[in-house]
Order: sequence, then C-alpha cells, then structure tokens
Amino acid sequence: MVVGERGGRAEGAVVVGRARRARRGAVTVSGREARAGWLFLLPWVIGFVAFTAGPMLFSLWLSLTHYDMLKPPTFVGLDNYREALVDERVGTALWNTVFFTVLHVPAQIVLALGLASLLRRAGRGSGFFRTVLYLPVMTPPVALAAMFLLLLNGQHGAVNGFLGWFGFQGPNWTTDPVWIKPGLVVMSLWTVGSTAVLYLAALTRVPVERYEAARLDGASPWRQFWHVTLPGISGTVYFTAVVNTIASLQVFTEAYAMFFGARAKQSAEGDAALFYVIHLFQEAFGSLRMGYASALAWGLFVVIAVITAVQVRLSRRYVHYEGERS
Amino acid sequence: MKRVGVWAALLVVALAFGYPFWWLVSASLKDRAHVFDNALLPRPFSPGNYVEVWRAVPLLTWIGNSVAVGLAAAVAATATSALVAFGFAMFRFPGRNALFGVVLATMMLPAAVTMVPVYLEWHALGLATTQIPLWAQNLFGSAFYIFLLRQFFLGLPSEVFDAAKVDGASAWRLFTSMALPLAKPGLVVVFVFELKAAWTDLVKPLIYLREPELYTLPRGLKAVLDRFGEGGEEQWELVLAASAIATVPMVLLFLVAQRHFVRGTVTQHVE
Repeated sequence: MVVGERGGRAEGAVVVGRARRARRGAVTVSGREARAGWLFLLPWVIGFVAFTAGPMLFSLWLSLTHYDMLKPPTFVGLDNYREALVDERVGTALWNTVFFTVLHVPAQIVLALGLASLLRRAGRGSGFFRTVLYLPVMTPPVALAAMFLLLLNGQHGAVNGFLGWFGFQGPNWTTDPVWIKPGLVVMSLWTVGSTAVLYLAALTRVPVERYEAARLDGASPWRQFWHVTLPGISGTVYFTAVVNTIASLQVFTEAYAMFFGARAKQSAEGDAALFYVIHLFQEAFGSLRMGYASALAWGLFVVIAVITAVQVRLSRRYVHYEGERS
Repeated sequence: MKRVGVWAALLVVALAFGYPFWWLVSASLKDRAHVFDNALLPRPFSPGNYVEVWRAVPLLTWIGNSVAVGLAAAVAATATSALVAFGFAMFRFPGRNALFGVVLATMMLPAAVTMVPVYLEWHALGLATTQIPLWAQNLFGSAFYIFLLRQFFLGLPSEVFDAAKVDGASAWRLFTSMALPLAKPGLVVVFVFELKAAWTDLVKPLIYLREPELYTLPRGLKAVLDRFGEGGEEQWELVLAASAIATVPMVLLFLVAQRHFVRGTVTQHVE
C-alpha cells in the first residue's frame, strides 16, 4: 500500500492490477510482450547481478579468507567469524550501535508524531512550518557534523546555553564519553522532518467520521489518540520503525565526520562513537583487512535480518491495516 | 488544544528547528574571537571568512565535482529507473511479480553488506580511485525509484495505452512518447531526490576519492573540518563558512522543489 496525497490514485492502480490479473486467465501471455518486458528490465537485472547478488556471494566467500589486496586471498575457514566474536572493538561497536538505535528510533517516532499532530491541527498555513521542519533534512551530514560539534560544545554551545535558561548545567556532549551518544541522538532529532511529513500524510487519511463517533461516545482527546489516531496510522508508524532501525544500525556519516578521520584522536571519544559500520569501514579501508570486514558485514546482515523478523512478528499483533477493519 | 496554543507551539518548534541555520550563517560571518559567542548578529561583521576559505582550499573545484557527479547520478537514476519501472508496470510475463519482490527486498538490504565487494569490483576494473563509482551504479536503476515510478505508471489511464497498442505502436514508442511525458512529475521526484543524495553523500567519496582535486563538496568539507576544526588549526569560522557554502544549494533546491520532495517522502511507504 502506498500512503500519501496520491492515496486515491494508488488504490485505483490496485484495482487496475486486479483487473489485469483477472484478464490473464483468458488471454495467454504473448511471447512478444514477455520479450519486451524483459528488455525493459534488463538494466536492473544486470545491475542486480553485478552490484547486489554477485557482490554478496563474493563477500560471503571473502569472509572465509584473509585478503589484504596485495597477496591473493588465502582460505581460513571460519577464523574471521571466530575473531569477530572475541574482538573487543566489535563488542564496543555493537554496544554503541544498539544504544544509539534504542534511543534514536523511539525518540524520532514520538517527536515526529507530536510534530505531525501539531501540523495537522494548524490546518491551512501549516506549509511554512512544514518547510522549516523539512529543511534540516536537506543539510549535508558533514555540515551537520561541523555545526553540531559547536552547538553541542560543553562550554560555548547553544544547546547548553538553552538548558542554562532553565538552570540546568548541560554536559560536555562532544568530549564526555558518557554523553557522546546522547548528543548524537539529540543531533539526529533535528532531521526528524521527513518522518513528520510522512506521519502528517498518514494522519490526514484517518477518516473524520471516526473522530466524530469517538467524540459522541465522550472520548477524551487522549483516548481519541489511543483508539482512533494510533490504530489509523499504525501501519505507517510500523514502517518507519523498521526502516529507521535498519538505518540507525548502520549509522556512520555524522559520527565519522565528528570523531574520526584524519585527526589523530582515536581515544576515549573515538571509542564512545565507534559504531559498527565505522569499525567495518576502518577494518576494510584503513587496515585493508577485506576478509575480516566481509565477515563483519555478514554479522551485521544477520543482526538486521533477525531484528527485522522480530519486528514483522510483532506487527502481526499490534498493527492494524485498513483492509482488515471494515 | 486551542488554535492559539497550536500556533504558539509551532512557533517554538520553528524557532528550534530554524535556529541552527541562522546560527550557521551568523557564526560564519564572525571573526575568530567571536565565533563562539552565539550572538544573533555577527559583530564585527567578517565576510572575509568566505574569501579566506575560498583561497585556502579548492572549493570551486569541489563544487564543480559535486555538480558533475550529482547530475550524472540523477540523470542515470531517473532514466534507467523509469525504463525498468515501465517494464514492471506495463508488461505481463511469467516471473514478473517474483522479480518485483526481489526489487523491494533490495530496498531493505543493508548497504554496508556490499560496500567491500563492490569496492573490490571497481578496484579490479582499475576505476577504484575515480569518480565513476559515485554514480555509475545508477545506470542500472535503483530499487526505491523503480518502486516509486512503477506507482506513477500504474496510475496512468490504461485505456490510452491500450488504444496505442491496438494502433500498433511499439513498446519503445509507448515508453518514450506517452509514458515518459505523462510521468514527468514522478521523474522530477526521482531527479531531485537523487541529486540531493549524491550532493550530500560522504560514504562513497571517503571510499573512492584519494586526490583532493577529485573530491566532492562533502569530502572536501570533511577535509576542511579535519584541518581547521577541533584538533586542527581551530579556525572554526572557516569551517562554518565552507559548511554554509555546502548547505545553501540544498536549501535552494528544496525551496524550488519542495512539492517533489514531500511527494517522494510520502510515497516511501510500501507494505
């Protein structure tokens, strides 16, 4: 299902698709049509083999070798996987990544939902606010990193300046290992706009009659939110939870730009911001341990696959899809 | 909540989300002694930072590289994704739906899994230190854009196409003279999304670009941050001036193409 302003048209498309499927029984598929179809798909098929399926098999094999790009790969069996299990930096990186994901994904969803509800209530004239909310999404992550190194600075940063208005002494977000990840979460919330816009589209599609019915039953705004709004958009919320989880388990750019690279401080701060893909990147392109990095990549693949599978399971219990309701 | 309360809350939100932009521009126009002062207006006013950073690093080259790579990536992604999407939307043949399922599955595939082997492929081709890997993969279509454009094609009135088919129009003619013009809004969405993605990406430039003359703007900005930022020469006003230069084109792109970005964002949701 597709959400959005085109919702109506998309439903039309589904109907067309059904009609076509029905027709297929009567009309035999012509060889010419099949040939033409495959010709149109050819670029994608080639790309899939060359840049997805092929590389995945290649990397699976590489993960069983030692390969430094100078000498040919040597087969080492499961050594790389065994090493990954006892690699302290893998432990650190996994912990950091899970920590970030567990804070970032729910915070992003709750904030986006709040902002979308506000925009929905503003009605006409919400366009300006939508623009302001979305603009941070356009900012190049490296620029974001540079800006937030200063905005989150413990002594001079505007974030702590703001907290100071309320009498709070803000932490050293960019240097205290305990606060680096929360700082990155705060920073990630600045780009909540795209999720908020997605939720806004979903909110506008919840039928008004359901709210009217709830109000007639004397439901408070809070109960309306739990019993009308949330079920109405749970499919969209679930979708963003899955996609955001997959993305934040691969968090890389902002943290790398802020705490890694040419500058020679790979100390406490570097460790606190060492995310899984950063570790993978360093092993591959810093130490040229291509075999080991491939094993790390497959480890991540398995972790993400398991988490996604669990989320799919949970969704069966909690997510309401429109089709099943009426 | 009352209307007034909603608007007041939105105003606070807008200030919070807009402030970093204001701060960026303002701080990039301050001198070194005042760059940390968080004053709303730059006093003294030091536009010279922009001249200085422009002289210190090859910003113009990097902007040129980013424009070239961004256009190549966007044109390639739009053209081939449209081709493939048309194939999925307009033809019936065995295996089509299974194949489309594979397209959707690749959208969920973690990019980190193919990072190393794809690099090794480009290395084997002798192209691993060129800009080609930054855009050439787009010549084979991109899953999300294929999905998005397929939706557009399915939304077009099918009678028009049926009539043209009866008249004996070839598939290629249906695609170029009918489908593409009708799906123009969708093509624009893909184009601006990919332009933004290529303009802001740091990962691929970090992997592939070695020579500073080949850097795209984000890679160059990372070099500026390393050199003038913390642990470097501590000339933050230059870092911020370069950051503003990298950000402004994207802000303008959004203001011009806002509709398309919103449309692309809300079409992401597939079940």
